[in-house]
Amino acid sequence: MSEQFDRHSGEVPSTDSVFPNHVSSRSLQGRSLVTLDDISLPQIKDLLDRAAYIDSHRREVAHTCDGRVLATLFYEPSTRTRLSFETAMLRLGGQVIGFAGAQLASVSKGESISDTLKTVSNYADIVAMRHPKEGAALVASRAASVPVINAGDGGHMHPTQTLTDLATIRARKGRLTNLTIGMCGDLTFGRTVHSLISTLCRLGQVDFVLISPDELKTPEYILERIDASPTCTYRETSDLGEVIGDLDILYMTRVQKERFFNEDDYLRLRDTYILDEEKLKAARPDMAILHPLPRVNEITAGVDQDPRAAYFEQVRNGMLVRMALESALLGDELPGYQVRKEVQA
Amino acid sequence: MKVTSIVDGIIIDHVQSGTALKVLHYLHVDPTSTRLALIMNTDSHKYGRKDIIKIEESDDLDLTALGFIAPQATVDMVRQGHIVSKHKPDRPVHLVNVISCVNPRCVTSVERGADQCFHLDDSGVYRCDYCDEKAEL
Ligand SMILES: [Zn+2]
Repeated sequence: MSEQFDRHSGEVPSTDSVFPNHVSSRSLQGRSLVTLDDISLPQIKDLLDRAAYIDSHRREVAHTCDGRVLATLFYEPSTRTRLSFETAMLRLGGQVIGFAGAQLASVSKGESISDTLKTVSNYADIVAMRHPKEGAALVASRAASVPVINAGDGGHMHPTQTLTDLATIRARKGRLTNLTIGMCGDLTFGRTVHSLISTLCRLGQVDFVLISPDELKTPEYILERIDASPTCTYRETSDLGEVIGDLDILYMTRVQKERFFNEDDYLRLRDTYILDEEKLKAARPDMAILHPLPRVNEITAGVDQDPRAAYFEQVRNGMLVRMALESALLGDELPGYQVRKEVQA
Repeated sequence: MKVTSIVDGIIIDHVQSGTALKVLHYLHVDPTSTRLALIMNTDSHKYGRKDIIKIEESDDLDLTALGFIAPQATVDMVRQGHIVSKHKPDRPVHLVNVISCVNPRCVTSVERGADQCFHLDDSGVYRCDYCDEKAEL
């Protein structure tokens, strides 16, 4: 991966000295996205810039990927994520093929991931793949001759979810640093939380408040990652009400039933951290509430009307970052995007 | 120093005591058909106890796995009954098809023909390229 980055680094335009955070999408062209650790912080920020640009230039970008074909290979069902990837390509002017869940048996007939990707590379210009096994996206990216986007590999990595979260934080707060961010719920198994923390630690200057029952605390290796960041801090608590007034962002997570051995433990822990209108009274007026969705009952329906609720906005941001990513990996420039940089300057 | 048991070959010294047979396994040395000498659980100044492996005619041996299974070992080259050189095993950044991932959720447990790839992380631990699981013996 660094080899690819080096290969393209000579092409970075000279305006980069003026815009040190800007990296040409050409540095992402032809690459796969397996984990966000594969790409640089300037590249991440550039993708978020592109997502914001797309949002305000829907008509201008509507033909960016004319004639392109996206293949969505979903070895396990995740209708929301698949719809987001597919809508993103359709809104860029491209088309979509693929399979999901039940159709899988007839399509793959027990074929290896590598063979499937070598086949699909002949049909599609780019692939989004979800698979229940950890590391499946890396296998796919090594076999494919077109870019592969990891749409989730067995709870291992889900980079577009993290991009979505970052885009939502930035849209709401105007920045990704100098924030107090509360993570609430299942912090042991919640991989979206781990990935978001890791990426925010690369950016720096975030105070994390980790809110969970003792049974679902943040794993040690994530705490070590925060410790390793010279500008990030954390504190752990089991009481949401006690800390909610300190937060710029409250990231709620789902407590998954399949993590528990018995129903009683699940019900007790699930109901411990429910966000309702009463708890929200103590929160700042400009706090933003995020949730990767779908929710079970950890946010009551009454909260949806509160202007601090940002979780349905996240869905839109998810589509926008996928539009940014698909066009960037394909090397299809967004019409007018360069102009916006000059406006920024 | 005069060497016993072998004339031309290698001595793998300072192997963690009790693990010599495992080391042979990872080096793909078949003890039923190779001329070798094993000394197990002998006294060591450095480690208290250690194993020593002496292998005759070792030129074709790939020692890559040593960096993973016995990084603290010393490899002595023996020519005509004398040690002519000593070196520590390399710690290669990548190990391909040397060890297998033990994580049942790892894609390598289902993907036919997938290479078993491990890399050395910043803290000196070998991890699966696919699922990041720590390498285990
Ligand atoms: Zn693995």
